[in-house]
Amino acid sequence: MGTNLGKFLFKNNVAILFLLLSVGAFAAANVSLPFLFEELFTRFSRNTFMVLSLLIPVVAGLGLNFAIVIGAIAAQIAIFLTVLWGGAGFVGVLMAVGMAVPMAILFGFLVGKLFNSMKGTEMIGGMVAGFFSDGLYQFLFLFVLGGIIPIANDQLMISTGIGVLNAIVLENSIHHGLDNVAMIHILDFAFFASLALSAIMLIVRGVKKQPLNLKQPAKVVLPLAVLYALGFIPAVGRFLSADRLMLFYAVMIALAIVVLYSLYHIIRRKESEKPTRFILYIVGAAVVFGLTYIPELERSLMVVRLPVLTYIVIISLCLGIKWFMNTKLGQNMRTVGQDRAVAASSGINVNRIRIIAMIMSTSLASIGQIISLQNIGTMATYGSHQQVALFSIAALLVGGASVQRATVKQALLGVFLFHTLFILSANAGQSLLGNAQIGEYFRVFVAYAVIAVALAMHAWVRKSNKQVITQIDPRVAATAASAESK
Amino acid sequence: MMEEQRYVLELQHISKEYSGNPVLQDVSLTVKKGQIYALMGENGAGKSTLMNILFGMPVIHSTGGFTGTIKISGEEVNFLSPHDAMEAGIGMVHQEFMLIPGFTIAENIKVGREDTLPTLPSRVFGPDLERLNRPKMNADARVALDNIGLDISEETKVAGLPVGYMQFVEIAREIDKKNIKLLVFDEPTAVLTESEADQLLKVMQSLAAKGIAIIFITHRLSEVMQVADYMTVLRDGELVASKAIADTSAVEIAELMVGRAIEKLVDDDKNTKVSTEQNEVALSVKDLYVDMPGETARGVTFEVKSGEIFGIGGLAGQGKVGIPNGLMGMFSSHGDVEIFGEKLNFTKLGNALSKGLAFVSEDRRGVGLLLEESIAHNIMFGAMTTKRDYLSNFGITKLLSAGRMNRHAKDMIKLLDIRCVGGGQRVGALSGGNQQKVCLASALTMKPRILVVSEPTRGIDIGAKKLIMEYLAHLRQEEGLTIIMISSELAELRSICDRIAIVSDGKIEDILAPDASDAQFGLAMSAAAQNSEVS
Repeated sequence: MGTNLGKFLFKNNVAILFLLLSVGAFAAANVSLPFLFEELFTRFSRNTFMVLSLLIPVVAGLGLNFAIVIGAIAAQIAIFLTVLWGGAGFVGVLMAVGMAVPMAILFGFLVGKLFNSMKGTEMIGGMVAGFFSDGLYQFLFLFVLGGIIPIANDQLMISTGIGVLNAIVLENSIHHGLDNVAMIHILDFAFFASLALSAIMLIVRGVKKQPLNLKQPAKVVLPLAVLYALGFIPAVGRFLSADRLMLFYAVMIALAIVVLYSLYHIIRRKESEKPTRFILYIVGAAVVFGLTYIPELERSLMVVRLPVLTYIVIISLCLGIKWFMNTKLGQNMRTVGQDRAVAASSGINVNRIRIIAMIMSTSLASIGQIISLQNIGTMATYGSHQQVALFSIAALLVGGASVQRATVKQALLGVFLFHTLFILSANAGQSLLGNAQIGEYFRVFVAYAVIAVALAMHAWVRKSNKQVITQIDPRVAATAASAESK
Repeated sequence: MMEEQRYVLELQHISKEYSGNPVLQDVSLTVKKGQIYALMGENGAGKSTLMNILFGMPVIHSTGGFTGTIKISGEEVNFLSPHDAMEAGIGMVHQEFMLIPGFTIAENIKVGREDTLPTLPSRVFGPDLERLNRPKMNADARVALDNIGLDISEETKVAGLPVGYMQFVEIAREIDKKNIKLLVFDEPTAVLTESEADQLLKVMQSLAAKGIAIIFITHRLSEVMQVADYMTVLRDGELVASKAIADTSAVEIAELMVGRAIEKLVDDDKNTKVSTEQNEVALSVKDLYVDMPGETARGVTFEVKSGEIFGIGGLAGQGKVGIPNGLMGMFSSHGDVEIFGEKLNFTKLGNALSKGLAFVSEDRRGVGLLLEESIAHNIMFGAMTTKRDYLSNFGITKLLSAGRMNRHAKDMIKLLDIRCVGGGQRVGALSGGNQQKVCLASALTMKPRILVVSEPTRGIDIGAKKLIMEYLAHLRQEEGLTIIMISSELAELRSICDRIAIVSDGKIEDILAPDASDAQFGLAMSAAAQNSEVS
């Protein structure tokens, strides 16, 4: 048991180190818990999508994708055009995504081509490709726009008419375009979309003369219909007409779902299965519920208001990645990531898979940048994209991911830990050294240090793992011994 | 009757050359259903090239293809990729495992051929987005594993499995391919323990009994005699003999594998073999273990007398190259080694060098030379670093003495006939033979008491080969230098050495005189010496 705990601690040494650092920084920073929570959840909604976009290339063996900068660039070109053409609100966000994704697909394809000709050195290649495309981007925004393509818009262009302004204010455009969608609208959309999809599915099956199997669509439509009907109760309707959800309620809803899910499984389980796991879930939920009575924590939960649609998008992506990894394409990516030679000899087109991985990552990164900028409200034309890869990769590594292995869980944990440290470092610098500026420098230092430390610690774990494997398996040891004694 | 005679595989008049050098010449063979067909030959005999052609490997097509025809079950085929071969029902159990450690056994068995179920997105975007049908994958894997008698859970990860199990997972993967007709085993027992090897042979027999044809590539004669029905020996790209096992013997096969006219690499008058029996022991090696990947030595014991040329031969991968590399401290090793009575300390890098052992590595370009440096630098580099030679002392620091270096380089260039524009020429620009001479010059500059040369003639032309061999003989004769020569070319060893040790499975199988019979060498190489009556 003791060794198990030791192993667990060692395996997660990176995450644990940063957890301890975060706790230490919180103690030193002298800020209130509600302040930290508010900042943290804002940053979480901004950055998680971008960090998640890093996962697929890691799985496909391309390492940490420094080229997500290129996805961010696609997003910023799309946002510029959206502002120029007057796109606003949720429709504006859709416009931006609609323009950014095709660009990102093209860029991702090109980067994938590049990476295929430099297998094994993708990370440094991605970094340089990022710098190179930043150069092209600057050329486009400083000179081509206005200089070659005339653009008459004094809100966007500098006074000479050549070149785009340093900062683009998104206030009357897509600012909070995604964040500010009311829950009731999301629910309406989900209900009607599921109805339409089910109808199409049934019609297709009817035409193909397959069994209709009404149960399957009903599973999705019925719960949504119940929720939709509930919306007509005035009290519920008022609650749902908001676009933000208090974190306190979010936690309560999550706990309720956990309890219901566990109860469902306990009742429906087969005789042979033990309900231990689900009982533990319920106990855990009860403990969390109890914790919310701590006044400081309760206040913190009351302060934070989550942008509902943004969080739904993030959760969908998490589930989507999990689902994707269980498809044929996902399995092919894992195979390619683990061993290109084996993949090729099993008839998998390695280069194609790698390009698909790059296209997916770049496209997701472009959406991630739009989500981030619509939340911030201003786009630093020449700066917003520059640190994107650095900070996202740092966050992913803090969660315990590595160049070869990264999971959704690690990404989420990483965003929490990294941004906690990021928020606190300025205040910690202020109260420890009496100078907020030092704390500001410390932020950038933290990002680089995180990457260096995480990579070094990961190498440490891997090195010792190699020895552990030969020690653990007695059969391996026996085989080796008999080979030696022969 | 017709069904009985149908061949699963017919290779007809296969020839292949790499940039003008023929590596396969007019090889034909036929394999019947349910037959275990042994394919034998030394390294470089053309076995791998033949298999590469059969599997349509890209390396064949990118080097100008081959001539001849391949028929599978009577139909002519032309595979453009290994995947085509797989579709046609040919499988391969690789020597180095093609398994993914992070995957479960079931995932490995099904890799690239996963069972799937349709999903909503897959109907729109194509079958790539179908989800995996894990229960079916696991069930199929279970059946395949049961078929070869491996009772291990199909959901175990491959990482950490014993080596022997991995081999069986490879086999399970091949037989899970439903239309499998022909299975190639490429030296499957090389990494297995004895009991595992036995189990593998049993599995091969049971597969053959189910009607799958098997091509069995191996060096181990005893295994061929035990399970094979038919065998073909290749030598230098030519088919030497095809015989039913029942009509032949281990001794005959051994002879067929090795036999060839001994090339006269050294004229007799230049290599008067003197008796060294009475001389003192120059090098004594006891129980040497060397952990060199792919060339592991497992308990090597031998003695070399002063003034002797001692040869070490054997097939690739058996550990002969590991011996000199272990002695020089290139890989971790342990054992009792004495050089002229002084004990060698393995923990101190360069200890062998300072005790008078100089090494010409088989890895000329990687280990032996600094390719970007000049010939002169390369020649004196070893002596400078280990013996502090060619340095002028300026009190506070020692600097390289260019004059002495260049004079010595000039001497060496003349002595060894290194073809170059001068001592300042970049070594990387030289031909293989001349590079080898630079290596030799560098080793000699250290004024060694024992010279160890590993594969001295690899990749160099016949003229340079002859010159190097003659110079080695000359060194022994004139200067009484003790030489240990490691080579894959048996003919070379037999033309110059006083005694030849044959390494098999990391141990010295036998020490033979250069005029011992082909059969004796063949048997020693196939690790069958003690199992047969020949002595």
